[in-house]
This record gives sequence, structure tokens and C-alpha cells, in this order.
Amino acid sequence: MTPGAGSAAHVEFADVCLSFGGRSVLRDFSCSFPRGAISVILGGSGSGKTTLLRLIGGLVRPQSGRISVAGDDICKLREADLYAVRDKLGMMFQGGALLDSLTVFDNLAFPLREHTEKSESEVATAVRRQLAAVGLADAERLLPGQLSGGMTKRAALARALMLNPEILLCDEPFSGLDPISVKRIEGLLCRINTQLGVTMLVSSHHVSSTMRMADQIVLLYDGTAVTGTATELRASSDPWIREFLDEGEQDERITDEGVETLDPERRPIL
Amino acid sequence: MQQSETGPLEPLRRLGAWSVGFVEELGRIALFAVQILRAMFTRPIRIRPFVDELYNLGVLSLVIICVCGGAVGMVLALQGYNTLVRFGAEESLGAVLGLSLIRELGPVLTALLTIGRAGSATAAEIGAMVRTEQLDGLRMMSINPVHLVVTPKALAMTAVMPLLAALFIVSGLFGGYAVGVGHKGVDPGSYWTSLESNVTFADDIVGSFIKASVFGVIAGLVSTYRGYTCAPTASGVSAATTSTVVVSSVAVLVADYFITALWGS
Repeated sequence: MTPGAGSAAHVEFADVCLSFGGRSVLRDFSCSFPRGAISVILGGSGSGKTTLLRLIGGLVRPQSGRISVAGDDICKLREADLYAVRDKLGMMFQGGALLDSLTVFDNLAFPLREHTEKSESEVATAVRRQLAAVGLADAERLLPGQLSGGMTKRAALARALMLNPEILLCDEPFSGLDPISVKRIEGLLCRINTQLGVTMLVSSHHVSSTMRMADQIVLLYDGTAVTGTATELRASSDPWIREFLDEGEQDERITDEGVETLDPERRPIL
Repeated sequence: MQQSETGPLEPLRRLGAWSVGFVEELGRIALFAVQILRAMFTRPIRIRPFVDELYNLGVLSLVIICVCGGAVGMVLALQGYNTLVRFGAEESLGAVLGLSLIRELGPVLTALLTIGRAGSATAAEIGAMVRTEQLDGLRMMSINPVHLVVTPKALAMTAVMPLLAALFIVSGLFGGYAVGVGHKGVDPGSYWTSLESNVTFADDIVGSFIKASVFGVIAGLVSTYRGYTCAPTASGVSAATTSTVVVSSVAVLVADYFITALWGS
């Protein structure tokens, strides 16, 4: 967390209800996400982690309730008005959502060309600086289909940061990655939060990374949430919470140990 | 009292539900068309994507249009000659081919071919973007995907259809010439003279252009709408591609009847 952060809510949910096809995803859900902090939305598959991020981005509308993003109640805004709110947001999608007809370079340059008056040389400088920061300096001419999973995540993260958003939404940044790539992404996110002061909302089911990086954890269960720090949740007496955290960490420890015993020459390449 | 699903009124109930769903779908397509119209006049005007789509939808369809146009013309000439020669009217072959191709076969067959090739590809491309969250990615970058992705494709389809139809007609006329004159021995002067004297600009050429333009609007709207609203799964994209061809083709044929009836009157 950056100094001075955590005092005011940057994103706030108040009594939000959402259901899909008769299935309730969120029931009177209320939660706030502090400015400048890393908040991790934890939960099992289908618990609504991605849905929460999509609600914040206005990609999904709740049936009732209020969602405040950087002071704006986005539930009252029309689609055209949401674009002004989205200028404050950057989103890293689970699958990357890179435009597959453009190279990595052009994907990162795209938001700058659309929304700024920068010259092509300024755009190129900014893009190359961002690519170097995420370790993709050699990948600028590749198409998204030519990238590995870890490279796709890093390119997506770089693109989400191109317009210096106040709030970064990361949807399952660790999914499908090997433990080394997970730690790399984790390090990147922490560094971004520390150096740029960006408020981060990360959806994940990766318990170990969550416990290491989160200033606040929102654990989703059955349409509602339990909120606390890693220490508070570990100390919880709720059997479901303890089981979820213990099982998750145990599975990831086995995977990490499996990687560490591999012959170094056979370790996965990022 | 709950109706039994196998009751006598069940077919009626289903027909009613289908009808309501059909009208709702028409409404959604109309709203989508309004979004496209609005996007056309919203800055920035996207020239480059439009030109790229002209190439993808138009230039890459040239070969199939020319080949099919020529083939249709050749078959028409064979069939037409065999019928006309019984009445001693084989010198009117040019008029028969010209009127058939210009009034009906040119616009309709061009539309069906373009829908099959370019319409399905458009729906699949947009559907794949939906499935991989690329359109959501654009929204989160404060870019309207209708403005960037949909409108250039829909406009390009509308623009290329009359041009491709004209090319189809010309290819058909030359195909018919090759068979009628080259093979069957129709006098070449008579071929072109009968064509020129029976085809009018105001009735036939303009009518053909209007038909092709309307078919282009239908193909552009249906293909982009189906791709844009498909379910974000592989089967959803597949269904969107299939339904684009079916719905567009039927709509073109129905529209052809009404345009012909109205234009003729």
C-alpha cells in the first residue's frame, strides 16, 4: 500500500443485488475499496469475483443498489456517460483481451493514439518504456496469438496502465500461470501500486499471492462477502473461511514445491 | 389454472411466443441500426477501418463474383437460346440476358454470394471478438465498439454490394456473349443492340442499384448484429455465423419481392 492510502473509499458498493437467469450472484452486497490499496477479491469459481469487476467497469448492470466509482454513481449513468468514468479505470482481463489483429506494440499504442495528442515518436517512447517495465521489450512485433500465457497477462497489464488510471482492475491475473510467472506478476502489481499509487482491485482464487500482496481481502461466499486483512481472515473462527484458506495454500504449496524440485533446465520459460 | 404443455392450445401458445420474440428481435435490430447511424456521424470519422473493410468485403470477393457471374451468364445463354430459337427470336438473347441479370439475378445472386462469403466472416470475426472480450476491452478503454468495429463493416457491406452486383452483371453478359455468340452463333451486333434497346437506365439500372444497396444494408446489419450479440462461446459464434447466412438470405429474398412489386408499380 502507498503512504496515505487506505483512508477513503475509492470504490463503494451499497446494497447491490445481481442475478443471472434466476441465479442470485450478489445479495445486498456492500463493500468499500480504499484508495491506493491493493484489494483482492477472493472466492471460489462462480462466486462472482469477475462479476464484481465488471460491475465496477459498468459492463454489467445490477438490478438494484448503488456503485460509486471515484465519486460517481455509475448505476445512474447511461452507456455514453460511462466512458468518462472509464477514463479513470484500467482493466486487465483474464484472457488479456488484446486486439488480435494488432501487434503487442500497436495494442499498447492504441489507447494513446485514441485518447491523446502525442506524436508517434512520443507514443513509441511511452510504449517501449512500458514494455520494458513488464519485461516484454523483445515482444513488440509479436501478435497476441504468438504470446505465452504469462506474456499475454503482462502485455494486458501494460496496456491497462498506458493512460495512467486511478483504479486498476485485474481479473484473475494469476490464472493458468506457473508458480514462477505468478510471482513475477505479483511483483509487478506490488511495484505498480507502490510506485504509482494506483488503487488495485484484483480478483483471484490464488490464496498464497492474495495473502502476500493484499491490503484488504474481500472473500465472496453465497452472494455476500467477508472483508478483512490477511491476518484477520487467518484468525477467523468461521470453518468455511479456514477451510478455503487452508486448502488453497496447501494446493499452491504442493505446486510450488513441485516446481522447485525440477531440474533448472526443465523449469518453465516465461 | 396452469395449461398443460400437451394441451390443444400449446401450438398456439408457442406460435404466440415465437411471434412476440420475433417482433422483439426486430426491435433490437432496429435499435442496433440506430446506433450504427449515430456512430456514422460521430467523430473521429474512421476512414482507415472503412477502407480496410472495403478491401476485405469487396476486393477479396472479386474472383468469386466474376466467376459466378460468368457461369450464370453462360448457363442463361444456353437455356435462353434453346427456348428463343423455337420462336425464331434468338437475336433477342442479349435482351433476355440483360434484363434477367440486371433486374433480378445480378443483385440477388451477388447478395447471396457475398452473404455466404463476407457476411459469415463478418459475423464470425465480431463474434470471436465478443468471445475473447476484445469488445469489452474497447469499452474499458472508453472506445465505442459499434463506432470502431461495427460501423465500418456495415457501411462497407452497403457500399460494395452495388459495385459487386454491377461486376456480376457485366461478367454474366460477357459469359452469355461467349456462349451465345461464340458457341451458338448469335449475331454479335444483335446481341448488344437488343440489350441496349431493351434495358432502360431509369427502370432497370436504377432499380438494380437500389435493390443491391438494400441487400447490402440487410447483409451488413444482420451480419454485424449477429456477431455483436452472440453468446460468448464457441457454439455461440458458430450459431451467429450460421444464422447470419440463413436470416440474411431469407431477408434478401423477401425484400426482393417487395422492391420488385413496388418498383414495378
